Amino acid sequence: MTMLRDEALELLATHCPDEIVVPVYQSAFDWMKIRPHKLNYLCTGAMGQASSHALGLALGCTDQKVLILDGDGSLLMNLGSLVTIGSCRPKNLWHFVLYNGIYEVNGEFPIPGGFETDFSSIATASGFPRSYNFDNIEELRKGLPEVLAGPGPVFVCLKVICGKHYPRNYETIHDARQRASFKAALATRLAATRS
Amino acid sequence: MVSDNTIDGSSIVSELKKARVSFVIALPDIVTCDGLLWPISRDPDFELITICKEDEGVSICSGLSYSENRAVVMMQHTGFLDSINAIRAMGMDYQLPIIMLVGLQGLEPDYSPNESSKNGVRIIIPMLELMQIGFHILDKQSDVSSISDLIDSAYKKSSPYVFLVPRAPL
Repeated sequence: MTMLRDEALELLATHCPDEIVVPVYQSAFDWMKIRPHKLNYLCTGAMGQASSHALGLALGCTDQKVLILDGDGSLLMNLGSLVTIGSCRPKNLWHFVLYNGIYEVNGEFPIPGGFETDFSSIATASGFPRSYNFDNIEELRKGLPEVLAGPGPVFVCLKVICGKHYPRNYETIHDARQRASFKAALATRLAATRS
Repeated sequence: MVSDNTIDGSSIVSELKKARVSFVIALPDIVTCDGLLWPISRDPDFELITICKEDEGVSICSGLSYSENRAVVMMQHTGFLDSINAIRAMGMDYQLPIIMLVGLQGLEPDYSPNESSKNGVRIIIPMLELMQIGFHILDKQSDVSSISDLIDSAYKKSSPYVFLVPRAPL
């Protein structure tokens, strides 16, 4: 069984309409269209770094839920970040990995390990108190409320195939205006939450 | 040649506090471990995050900077070299205030970094100049007192900054 990435993201967006989200590469391009929001943190700069950016956000905004929409190839580049997160145990961090087995935006070449890597087991062994696997949309629909309830850090592996082709808008994800807009939106959110 | 004055590690810690640094992100470095990292690890004024690789620290600081939390990443010069792409992206391209404290492991006594026979040490300053990243060498005790102002300035300008530590603070 497998599911379309955009279907999975659309479902997630219905549960998380306002959260801080750190998406990467193709997931970012999809997410920008599926859930356009000023609290989408798009500027992760270097491949593999999303989980670490998100950890910084989670540590700095402990009263806000922070979601990572990581790629499988990206996570492989920063696998140690699972241990760092597992060690810090931020209660407000949800780490989703969209596992399609390929470097999708870099020529669709297979990642090392293909579909044999068990990311959720690695996360559990790294100190995540809860880890989940989903490979079909109905199971995800049933499971998401439990996944998103209670404290983090939570790791979720979504085995997906590419769905609709959303445009690869690199200009936006590296745009200084996007960073300024995120910073302003976060300041507003934090002021409202803490007042 | 430079003098071999020693530096009091607690004075660096005081400067970090004066600059309102609350997070220290670190991968242990032999130059700064005893005189800085261990004391910081016991100091309740800091939240210490230990990392598996230095580029993680650069990105964690990036995330923290958006919520106005001040942080310093501690690493050895080899970790700086290993993190160049993250520093290029977050420091140069995005102009985020990434503050790095970099130990120059292997620098010979009485030598300046540019005179070192160690390739990794000798290329650090030319690389910082090439990347147009500001830096300050903590070579003697009098170099310490400007740390807080330099961190303040980096945050106000939203730009990266590096403190080079040539010898172990005591």
